[in-house]
Order: sequence, then C-alpha cells, then structure tokens
Amino acid sequence: MKKTVLIVDDDMDYLFQMKLKVEQFGFETITADGQKEAESIIETVRPDLAILDLMMESEDSGFILAYKIKRKYPDVPIIIATAVTAETGMNFDIKSDENKQWIKADLFLDKGIRADQLQREINKLLKI
Amino acid sequence: MASYKVLVVDDEPGIRMGTRRILQNFKVDYPFMDEFIEYIVLEAATGEEAIEIIDSEMPDIILLDNKLPGIQGIEVLEYVKKKLYDIVVVMITSYASLELAVKATRDGAYDFIPKPFTPQELRGSLENITKQLFLKRMTQKLNKEGKLIRFQFLSVLSHELKAPLNAIEGYLNIMKEKQFGDNVDSYKDMIDRSLERISGMRGLIMDLLDLTKIESGKPTQNLQKVDITKIAGTSIDTMRPYAIQKDVDVYLNTKESVIMEADAKEIEIIFNNLISNAIKYNKQGGRVDVFIHRDDKNIRLQVSDSGIGMSEEEQSSLFQDFVRIKNPKTKNITGSGLGLSIIKKITEMYHGDIEVNSVPDQGTTFTIILPLERTAIN
Repeated sequence: MKKTVLIVDDDMDYLFQMKLKVEQFGFETITADGQKEAESIIETVRPDLAILDLMMESEDSGFILAYKIKRKYPDVPIIIATAVTAETGMNFDIKSDENKQWIKADLFLDKGIRADQLQREINKLLKI
Repeated sequence: MASYKVLVVDDEPGIRMGTRRILQNFKVDYPFMDEFIEYIVLEAATGEEAIEIIDSEMPDIILLDNKLPGIQGIEVLEYVKKKLYDIVVVMITSYASLELAVKATRDGAYDFIPKPFTPQELRGSLENITKQLFLKRMTQKLNKEGKLIRFQFLSVLSHELKAPLNAIEGYLNIMKEKQFGDNVDSYKDMIDRSLERISGMRGLIMDLLDLTKIESGKPTQNLQKVDITKIAGTSIDTMRPYAIQKDVDVYLNTKESVIMEADAKEIEIIFNNLISNAIKYNKQGGRVDVFIHRDDKNIRLQVSDSGIGMSEEEQSSLFQDFVRIKNPKTKNITGSGLGLSIIKKITEMYHGDIEVNSVPDQGTTFTIILPLERTAIN
C-alpha cells in the first residue's frame, strides 16, 4: 500500500508543487493550507509522514502543528520546510538536547531543496 | 529592588571599610526608575586584585585610587577601557595632579573624588553616577530593541519576497522538465499563477517604496492647502479598472470641497490603500462608499465596503507590518500586508487616529481622523 504524506503550506503554489513532487516519488498526499485545516485532518487521518511550512497563520504555526501531530502520533516523522533560515541566520539545530525538548520535528529542510534530495530525506525517515 | 556593584580599589583598609559603611542602607531613587537602586560593595587592595574581581564580578561602578602598591590605578582604568567593559570609573585620590586628571579623563574616568571624602560627597557622587548609568543602559536597551524590530522586519520581508520567487521558479522547472508534456496549454494555470505572483511582488515593492518615503519622514513632506474630496476622486479613478474587474461599484458621497493643509501624495496613498482593500475584500456586485466629513476640529476620511468583514480577533492584528488576515475567504486574495501599516504611519504623522468597524459577512468601515490644527503636524 502506498504511504501517505501530509503536506501543509499556506502558499498555494508551493503546496501544489510539493504535492506534485511527492506524488512523483510514489506517495499518496493529503494537503492542508494552514494549521487549522491540518489540525482537523489529523483528527481522523494518521499520515505516514508530514511536511510542514513554518510561518502560516502565525510565525510558529509549523512548530505548534508539529507538537500536536507528535502528541497524537509520536511515530510519525515530521519535516519542517522553511525559507526562513537562510535569510535570518536563525538556526534551528535540533541536534542539541535543549531544542529536542520543544522542537518536535525530525528534520528541517530549506524550501529550495532539490527534488532528489527531498526524496532521499523522505525515504530515510520512512526507512525505505 | 535592583542593585549596582561598587568595587572600591584602595590599599588603605580604612577607606574600603568607610565606603562600605557609607553605602550601607544608601538607596538612590530616580523618577524614571521603577525601583530603588542599592549598592553591593566589593573590595580590592591592589590593582591586580581589582582586575581579577572586575573580570569575575563585573562591577557597575569602580572607585579607584591611583596610588597603589603594584600597578597603578590608571592602568586598571586602561584595562577597563581596553576590554570595553560597561563600567563607570571614579578616581579617588589625594594626589590630584593636573597631569593625572587629564590622563584619567582622557582614558574615560567619569569623575574625581578627593581623598579624604565625607559621606555626603561620596553619596552625592554615586547618586549622579547611578542616574547617568541608568539612563545610558536604558538608551542602549532601547536601541537594541529598535534594531531587533528592524531585524524582524527584514526577515519577514525577505520571506515575503522569496516566496513568490520560489513559486515561480518551481513552475518554470516543471515546464523546463516538460512534466505535463509538450503542449503549452497544459501549463496555462502555472503560467497564470506565475504572472499573479509577479504582480503580487510588484505590489509589495511599490508598497515598500511608499513605506520608505514615509519612514524617511518629514523632510519630503509637502504641506499645502489641498482639496481632500478631489484627491478621493483621483484615487477612485485610479482604482476604477480594478473595481470593474471585481464587479464592485465605488461611490464618492461627498461632493463639496473639503480643504485641509496636508501632503496630497500622502492623502492619496491613504485613499488608494483603503479603496483598493475595500474592492479586494468585497463581494461580487458589492459597493464601496467614500465619505469626507469635516467638523471644527477634525477631518474624517471614511471608506465603507459591503465585503467579507473581519472578526474581532482578526481586527486586533490588522496594523502590523506584513499581517494579512488568513481565512478561507481571503485564501485567493493577494496583498503585501503593508497597506494598513502604511496608512497607520501616515496617520500618525498627522497625529490622527484610525477607527475600524467590521461585521463578518457584512462589511468593514475604516475611518481616518485627521486633526485640522496646523500645529498638530510636526
């Protein structure tokens, strides 16, 4: 059975393009255009992996959503795709123990990531 | 209660103990401070010991004797300045030669206290230093916060500028790889979306230019007696094509001239932003009504629409940079998120006020209140 990837982004173009890429990798996709819609989706659906934007309704929507997904489905890997790091120099290094406690993501990716790199990272997280 | 650390550097134990006694129970109060400041006294008998304590304890104030057994006081002062420590140094000395005074002042000593000093002299001096230090630190803190706001603005701005580029780049890559075949028509939606994102980006850049003009402020302000009604008319004409495209009617309900001393360009920016919002967030077949009221004290610019309206929660964040109301009804509406913060900044320049009245699904009314008094503009 195909694995299901939940993609959440408030940029409809990015959402469309990400969906296209992930489907080309051979996965089913469910999309949501924001934190609220994603929250209602996870009420009934357990995705196999989630790719979340960081800044949506609020600046930290991605973190909040990641927290809620992990609370409900602790084993679902989460990727936060962001365009923020490069510009701000903000570095979310989830390797440090301090950050591990509150950032519930397994991986941070830059939004400009190439398709083949993205596929490799997803497969790694899904242990394919 | 806050406290400042005072390091006394003197080889005479009597001076160190005296200082400790004088500063015990001494508190400084200042109108701008939330709380009293009291002192914690640290002691050093030599310059070498002083440097150790400076590095480990980071005092706020140093009372420094120049004549010390090892290195001289002036060398301790040089050390503090070289390290760029934020410490106020006061020289206490009985050998107050002019030469030393000049050198110490040049090296950044804040004050001199002659030795021996009375409790009154020491307290008086510390009171002044404390006030000065407090104000200096407050200023630094505010500057830092100012920079922080600037940093946040720039990071959000670059996010907003990069997002459309990413989207367009993504579509171009799909086309380059011919993911939907050779027929150009298969890519029509992607081309339309790319064009839409480009126009959004152009809008953002235009808004940024407006914002830059406003932030650079007064010097370019061109205050003249202008007819507000006429400016509203010009703005409506500018927005007409957009209104037709969105099937919204725009009415100017005030016919008579309303004269006010203002910068015509700024008033036009206000109307352009309010009217384009009123069209943008309207319903098909909706209307926009523009009124200009004048009373003894104020001029009110009012733009009402019959659009989608906003909840109370949405209204509260309305005037922040880059904030756009995101809900299913606004999903397909693009904007820079700068329009209202631009209006707010202009209104503030006129010492005016903005009111918002909004009912979800019924519409929104924005009212800009500009005081008439010429003196209010500065």
